[in-house]
Amino acid sequence: MTDIDQLERSLVDAVASAADEAAIEAVRVSALGKKGSISEMLKTLGTMSPEERQVKGPAINGLKNRVTEALSSRKAELKDVAIAARLEAEKVDVTLPVRQSPAERGRIHPISQIIDEIAAIFGDLGFAIAEGPDVETDYYNFTALNFPEGHPAREMHDTFFFQPDEKGERKVLRTHTSPVQIRTMEIQKPPIRIVIPGKTYRQDSDATHSPMFHQVEGLVVDKTANVANMKWVLEEFCKAFFEVPSVKMRFRPSFFPFTEPSLEVDIQCDRSRPGEVRFGEGSDWMEILGCGMVHPNVLRAGGLDPDEYQGFAWGMGIDRIAMLKYGMPDLRAFFDADVRWLQHYGFRPLDMPTLFGGLSN
Amino acid sequence: MKFTLSWLKDHLETDATLAEIVERLTSIGLEVESVDDKAALKPFVIAKVLTAVQHPDADRLRVLSVDTGSGDPIQVVCGAPNARAGLIGAFAAPGTYVPGIDVTLGIGKIRGVESRGMMCSERELELSDEHNGIIELPEDAPVGTSFAAYAHLDDAVIDINLTPNRPDATSVHGIARDLAASGLGKLKYGAVEPVGGTGECPVKVKIEAPDLCPGFALRLVKGVKNGPSPKWMQQRLLAIGLRPINALVDITNYITFDHGRPLHVFDAAKVAGNLVVRRATAGEKVLALDGREYTLTAEMCVIADDNGVESIAGVMGGEHSGCDENTTDVLIESALWEPLNVARTGRALGIITDARYRFERGVDPEFMGAGLELATRMVMELCGGEPSREEITGYAPYKYRSVSFPFAEVKRLTGLDVPRATCLDILARLGFMPKGDGDVVEVIVPSWRPDVDGKADLVEEVMRIHGVDEITPKPLAGHDAVNGKILTSLQIRTRAARRALAVRGMMEAVTWSFIPAKHAELFGGGSERLKLANPIAADMSDMRPSLLPGLVAAAQRNADRGIGDVALFEVSGTYQDDMPEGQRRVAAGVRRGTAGLDGSGRHWAGNAGNVGVYDAKADAIAALEACGAPVERLQIEAGGPAWYHPGRSGTIKLGPKVVLGTFGEFHPRTLEEMDATGPLCGFEVFIDAVPEAKAKPTRTKPKLELSAFQAVKRDFAFVVERTVEAGTLMRAALGADKKLVTGVSVFDIFEGPSLGADKKSVAIEVSIQPFEKTLTDEDFEALGKRIVENVAKQTGGVLRT
Repeated sequence: MTDIDQLERSLVDAVASAADEAAIEAVRVSALGKKGSISEMLKTLGTMSPEERQVKGPAINGLKNRVTEALSSRKAELKDVAIAARLEAEKVDVTLPVRQSPAERGRIHPISQIIDEIAAIFGDLGFAIAEGPDVETDYYNFTALNFPEGHPAREMHDTFFFQPDEKGERKVLRTHTSPVQIRTMEIQKPPIRIVIPGKTYRQDSDATHSPMFHQVEGLVVDKTANVANMKWVLEEFCKAFFEVPSVKMRFRPSFFPFTEPSLEVDIQCDRSRPGEVRFGEGSDWMEILGCGMVHPNVLRAGGLDPDEYQGFAWGMGIDRIAMLKYGMPDLRAFFDADVRWLQHYGFRPLDMPTLFGGLSN
Repeated sequence: MKFTLSWLKDHLETDATLAEIVERLTSIGLEVESVDDKAALKPFVIAKVLTAVQHPDADRLRVLSVDTGSGDPIQVVCGAPNARAGLIGAFAAPGTYVPGIDVTLGIGKIRGVESRGMMCSERELELSDEHNGIIELPEDAPVGTSFAAYAHLDDAVIDINLTPNRPDATSVHGIARDLAASGLGKLKYGAVEPVGGTGECPVKVKIEAPDLCPGFALRLVKGVKNGPSPKWMQQRLLAIGLRPINALVDITNYITFDHGRPLHVFDAAKVAGNLVVRRATAGEKVLALDGREYTLTAEMCVIADDNGVESIAGVMGGEHSGCDENTTDVLIESALWEPLNVARTGRALGIITDARYRFERGVDPEFMGAGLELATRMVMELCGGEPSREEITGYAPYKYRSVSFPFAEVKRLTGLDVPRATCLDILARLGFMPKGDGDVVEVIVPSWRPDVDGKADLVEEVMRIHGVDEITPKPLAGHDAVNGKILTSLQIRTRAARRALAVRGMMEAVTWSFIPAKHAELFGGGSERLKLANPIAADMSDMRPSLLPGLVAAAQRNADRGIGDVALFEVSGTYQDDMPEGQRRVAAGVRRGTAGLDGSGRHWAGNAGNVGVYDAKADAIAALEACGAPVERLQIEAGGPAWYHPGRSGTIKLGPKVVLGTFGEFHPRTLEEMDATGPLCGFEVFIDAVPEAKAKPTRTKPKLELSAFQAVKRDFAFVVERTVEAGTLMRAALGADKKLVTGVSVFDIFEGPSLGADKKSVAIEVSIQPFEKTLTDEDFEALGKRIVENVAKQTGGVLRT
């Protein structure tokens, strides 16, 4: 065995037994450092005869290469081990729960969501959204809408009143969204196509009546709008709103002071499953809205000539159609702010009702 | 308005079935609310007891053999004391539901003896409370036939939800007229022949309030015998929910429903002197027929005699002169009353009667006299007696209204093509009298239709009788372009604020617009002009000046249910005064407990802390940002309205005048007054106060300028007086070089004895963005110096060493 073989064996052993990067470095220095064993051996080449150098040169350089190789492969090996050990040490329990994102917790109230659904549908039909004040004058809430003073129809409204002012006039909480019809006609000439969502108030309270509730009113005024158009608009609305391919509706003559002719509308449905109403099927009729041709006196109150202009209007309860569509059993819960109810019946903040993406999902 | 099928058929000749009639009523605008077809009584048949023997094992039971008309006799075990051979009664076979005991019969064994049905008592059939024995029918009752039909209990009851414009349909006759007009039979007219009578009516009528009483008809019938009314009349009255009293009273009730003509009967013996129709004197009292004493006002109309008030006109008669079984001479009144006055009187006194119901809608003036004649005839028929001549006071001949009716209106308003002749026919059958033969006719309105006064009303008559279903839906004229934006800025902001707050983990509440007076006062409201005169409950009295009290109360309700960590918001109206402009559009929210943005409660990665002023501030700014407010220009001032913690609240302003919102923790006294507990913070932003963005000619965004030079961050810590606001310090740093300094954030606040009393250290990180060249050390030094100098100048702060 030559010196070279001997040295190689001892270096290879040292490399193999190096347990960490520092030990490897020590082996490298001892072999390839300035005064390392191989470096020293290489220095002897200069003193050799050409013949000897021809033999020893490749042998020593071969040793150097093999040791260098052994060092680097051992180094890589040790690095892998070190990373593996670190990774093992860094392991966590990924089944631990993370916090819910705020958007997952937040909720939109069903009333707001329904108003957005209504806006999506009527926006497509070319309607604008109009609004008006909750505290109204007797004129806008009744007189301009053709409620004669003292007429039983006024009494049917169970109005909330404020104290009379110096002139003896008392404001009311609007009993319907219809005052906005007049307010709109006063500032806008036909054609008018508006829907009016908003809060309304009547002195009434049980599971299906609340002293505060929400209505959506619609008004179309132009020179041709008639009952046939009204039937079409309302059928299209109900289909779109309840998200069914067809609905069957029953228009019944009725009475409202502000429309003539007046109609009430029932929608065919199936109520055989408890807590659920299906539209477009079944054999029950459910009253859903009131409508009619705008009364000539109402057009006049809005500054329009009833022989030149004509139109139709309708009104329905937002809370009521919300209950029908989404199955809330009790109206009173709408206004209780019970977070369990809001969590269950409310809508996720990014669920925006659109016609292109569906009103609900 | 209730009536029975047989009653309707007194006025309408028709072969239509009950179902057809019901459907037609609804389709012509007389909405049927309910129908009781008496089907429950159909299974009961008339049966005869053939034999009755003692039950072998029970003293009180008998074993009957019953002939039900269907072949072999049936064995029935019966406990009724009157069960005996030969009795004819009402039998229920197994499978029959017996309403009075709420049981469906089966075949059973009673004390070991089989029983295959039941002989029923009146109570078991819910006919009365009688339960001393089983029903006993006359010997000639036909065995095997329907008991209900035999006893006239199978008369279906129809209840109509009458709209207030149709006084004519408060009568069976009027309903029959509508049905006949719709083609469902023929109206039986039955004109009333005047009775004539002998001698003058001895009691005279003086009308002192002609504005309230446009007519009064009176007649005396002497020598009547007042007892129970006949069974058929009692059955009809009972069927519609009226209690039979005696023949005279029952006749008035019957005609009220039969012809929509309310009447009153006075016992002539109890009337002193003549009758006067006048306004009551304030405070005058009357004991009415319902046994209650009413105190009247000077606006109310009464009928009085020498003793005082005998009747509240059009509303209710008086107890004193009412008719009973001792009445022998009766005064029959058929009068007209001013509808508004009747409505007001009834409402003020809280009296709802069938008379008021009709008078306030308007009874047919032309039937006043006929009503009296009809009543007189019925009185004579049922009670005998000698009538005087009628005494009619104050009635002026009725002036018929005429409406000009262009036939084209039907098509214009409904889209229906109804031939001229059909229109005329419909109107005529409803009692209208069209005159003329052009495209426009004059239509005389019948006296019983006070609701019809314009051509649109006639269109409705034609439409409802011709059939609403005949109208084919027709698309609304479309628009020939893509829809533009339909929402107003305020509507867009309202929606955006909602979604922005919901995305922050808050739940949207809708709370009452009216709140307790105390809550309103705590939040700057409570003015007289915003108090309801008739609140539905004492704690729902005042229009809310702020959304916060409702939300605080809502948070507390949840806490009381055991859910203390809640984040609620609402975007809705508040009321500063009673004018339209006084209604603000506000977004507000509260957080309670530990319900912060990142979640609430304990968590392995770190527990959520109590909510506080900064949570509310962040919510407020997020809502404003969503509404398009220029967030970078908002100014935050310390302190807010009185309901907040004075040291932990702020006001958000835009310029010196525009207040966009407030936020903070609540004042402990506010919470105490509201019985609410914290930790609780809230905010309110006035989204209608956010200025409208300037209209821009294009939607192009400003050009993006990206610097080629590296951005740098430098830290500074300043020691300032404790009262110095961080906002001032940040503005000073920002203002040191408006070009280079692009941002300032506060990353540490420190207070401690080492700084000295009333001092604090504020550490800021300044973002620097060179645009023209890389900054040299000298440039940085100069910039740092300017920052330190400006901060010193604005806040008195010195660089912390």
